[in-house]
Amino acid sequence: MSETDDKHAVPDMPDTTGTITMEVARFRPDRESEPSWDSYDVPLRKEWAVLDGLNHIKDQLDGTLSYRWSCRMGICGSCGMTVNGEPKLTCSTFLTDYAPGPVRVEPLANFPVIRDLVVDIEDFMAKLPTVKPWLVSGDEEPAEDSEYRQTPAEMDDYRRYSMCINCMLCYSACPVYALDPDFIGPAAIALAQRYNLDSRDEGNEDRRDVLASAEGVWACTFVGECSVACPKDVDPAGAIQRYKLTAATQAVKDLLLPRGAR
Amino acid sequence: MTTADRRYHHPVSFTWWARKPSYLLFVLRELSSVFVAWFVVYLLLLVAAVSSGNESYQGFLEWSSHPLMIALNVIAFAFVLLHAVTWFGLAPKAIVLRLGSWRVPPNLILAAHYGAWLVISVAVAWVILR
Repeated sequence: MSETDDKHAVPDMPDTTGTITMEVARFRPDRESEPSWDSYDVPLRKEWAVLDGLNHIKDQLDGTLSYRWSCRMGICGSCGMTVNGEPKLTCSTFLTDYAPGPVRVEPLANFPVIRDLVVDIEDFMAKLPTVKPWLVSGDEEPAEDSEYRQTPAEMDDYRRYSMCINCMLCYSACPVYALDPDFIGPAAIALAQRYNLDSRDEGNEDRRDVLASAEGVWACTFVGECSVACPKDVDPAGAIQRYKLTAATQAVKDLLLPRGAR
Repeated sequence: MTTADRRYHHPVSFTWWARKPSYLLFVLRELSSVFVAWFVVYLLLLVAAVSSGNESYQGFLEWSSHPLMIALNVIAFAFVLLHAVTWFGLAPKAIVLRLGSWRVPPNLILAAHYGAWLVISVAVAWVILR
């Protein structure tokens, strides 16, 4: 085989010249009271993600399809959907992995559907600021030109949690959130821990009332599916379990120690 | 002005827990708390029987050897094992231990839990069987 042929050969891949059927959940509130399914045949190409299939539908087959997307590179967190029953970022979920199909695309579970594949994320947006996901500094204002120095080891403490892109796949995977919508949820707690474990932050006490409540970490029963679903390997389940220990230790200290020694 | 909620809310199906093995395991673990509570009650009944003399202790043993009681306790034991194993699985996630700059690896924390379980079980077995 010549070098040129080699370049075009696609070893061990399914038929990449064919098509794959995408079954897409549709919901048009002006016309129907519950979702229905539409089927579309889209080209099956090895470099096409599910999102490329949706874009093909929107551009070539049915311009009325609604869905969210932006960056196409797994960083904006907009294109989370349910693909064959699992919460996925559609920009990094490839059609060939589902060949010969069909691929079923639904909106993220556990959120109200506004239209087609677009869900209402207002609940998460309202919960997120309650855990103060920013650096809380103490009373003293730093001097104008001062720096917050941090060692690599200190950064390692929280770096994993800082990878969260707010895509909400973890909320979609969490049966606790499905059953108890007041649960503050995996990503919000992981982001709280991102700041709690930051050496520059002094907001631990400010976040405690929300995190250590019945709707905070104690609602979690460690199903672990949030960490399975997470496309950025944040491990929200780990963040939550870790805070449970922190909250419990703090509660015991509050009970036993005088105020000054806590 | 109020507008009607035109969003579609997916109902949570009654069989949601059957959809994934991890969901089933989660529901079984929640259920295990009932059996943990049963073991506590059983232990208290044993203590009460022992403290009120040999006759009531013999009565307790007879009651415990009824096939239904044995079946119940075997099922309860299986659930308590599930509870313990999943609890230990959680421990390395919750405990982040540092000795100086060295972070104790999660597997070691897990192994320490099983080690402690083994040591305590052997000690209890020694007290009962010696």
